[in-house]
Amino acid sequence: MDTVFAQTLWITFKLAVSTTVILILIGLPFAYWLTYSRFRLKPFVEALVSMPMVLPPSVIGYYMLVIYSPRNWFGAWLAQVFDIRLAFTFGGVLIASVIFSLPFMIQPLYNGLRSLPDSLREASYTLGKSKSVTFLRVLLPAIKPSVITAVALTFAHSIGEFGIVLMVGGNMPGETRVASIAIYDEVQSLNFSAANQYAFILFAVSFVLLATIYSVNKKYETWQII
Amino acid sequence: MADHLIEIDIEKMMVTVNGPVNLAVKAVIRKGELVAIFGSSGAGKTTLLRILAGLIKPDRGLIKFGDLVLFDSEKQINIAPQNRNISLMFQDYALFPNMTVEQNIQFAQPVRNCKEVDKLLSVFGLAEFRKRKPNGLSGGQKQRVALARALARKPQLLLLDEPLSALDSEMRTKLQNEIAQAHLLSGATTLLVSHDLNEVFRLASHVVCIENGIVSRSGKPGDVFSDDSISGKVQITGQIAAIEKNDIINIVTVISGNNQITKVIAFENDIENLKIGDRVIAFTKAFNPIISKLS
Repeated sequence: MDTVFAQTLWITFKLAVSTTVILILIGLPFAYWLTYSRFRLKPFVEALVSMPMVLPPSVIGYYMLVIYSPRNWFGAWLAQVFDIRLAFTFGGVLIASVIFSLPFMIQPLYNGLRSLPDSLREASYTLGKSKSVTFLRVLLPAIKPSVITAVALTFAHSIGEFGIVLMVGGNMPGETRVASIAIYDEVQSLNFSAANQYAFILFAVSFVLLATIYSVNKKYETWQII
Repeated sequence: MADHLIEIDIEKMMVTVNGPVNLAVKAVIRKGELVAIFGSSGAGKTTLLRILAGLIKPDRGLIKFGDLVLFDSEKQINIAPQNRNISLMFQDYALFPNMTVEQNIQFAQPVRNCKEVDKLLSVFGLAEFRKRKPNGLSGGQKQRVALARALARKPQLLLLDEPLSALDSEMRTKLQNEIAQAHLLSGATTLLVSHDLNEVFRLASHVVCIENGIVSRSGKPGDVFSDDSISGKVQITGQIAAIEKNDIINIVTVISGNNQITKVIAFENDIENLKIGDRVIAFTKAFNPIISKLS
């Protein structure tokens, strides 16, 4: 029981940490592009990014399974060229989780960048600094509270993910079984003490993360943009 | 084109609150001068500065700094803001909120030089605030940091966009000296956007007036803002603040310089073409004014 418990928690946190790390790496350049691009179809891209916030996880999960299936070209290509099958594996769950948590990373970063006056970016350019130096040394530190919010929200959202993991990964102990699914499973088996342990850990971690966001953001409230 | 001149000949369609206006500026500026760009709001002053800084691309035209072409629409040359040796001081100062006063100045340096930072901090009276973030500074202090930061870049062209507009009149007068000092210190050509006559007279050796997107007049401030054809004893240039009817005469209140109020008596036919906000010149020929020093 203890090994299964530890294994489930390990997979839960591995999934949440991997999702968050991948998303911060994708999210920063993507939010920058969304903020400053004049691409005409940008509203459609914004809508697509926000879709996971309004769609049931089962819809995304269903489409992910369709894409992963070796009967379709992407799944077939992965299987033939790389001998990779994504359905019901940790890798498949991770990709689905990245897509599903995308808006939780992008939205705070995008809003943070949009709230900055253009003059900050322009001042840095006229002081001879490149776009990348401006982003890393001026814009990113100026939206620090948004970065913290984005990371914490993505992490908290990923450790609590249920629907999409169940659809894409199933409930395979040691591979795709995460805490939220384990709670459901234990309750179904009337094993309430195990369910309680999982639930308490998820509750405590989420609470600590959200409390951190609010206290850190309070500290930076005084950082008005001059 | 001579090496000591800056040549500007650009056109840009601007969208303003009063509809589209074509900014068409043709001007030649001598290097090393402090030039004021004067005009009412929406005339295109800030757009001109942003075009010079490379932040806005003109529709057509040419900008040359001596022999160096910064923009040429025919040859499709448009040097990026990073590569123009220009500093623009923004109206909102645009100080970086995550950096201290010292770091803001350091950031602007092409090559890190701590002695130079110390010098700028002491020249602008900022030494004691060096470790403070911009949020902990007063309006005047922020303005000084922005000025020091603009100089730290060692620009050939210093662009100041209404640098004193956010300050009260007392602080304005004080900081005008600092701008004059900054201009001398840098040796750069300085372009100052202003709609304050007092500021233009005090600081600029040359003024370019922009009205509705075109240069209406340019020259020395004294020549541009007063009428040499009037052989009067006293000339007061200002803006009409009020026109009040008093029996058969009218009292026109003119505000000039640093909130100096002058009341002029005018008859009905004198004020026919005048309205509040018009820039006017009041002069007298009959009496010799007496000037004496105030104790």
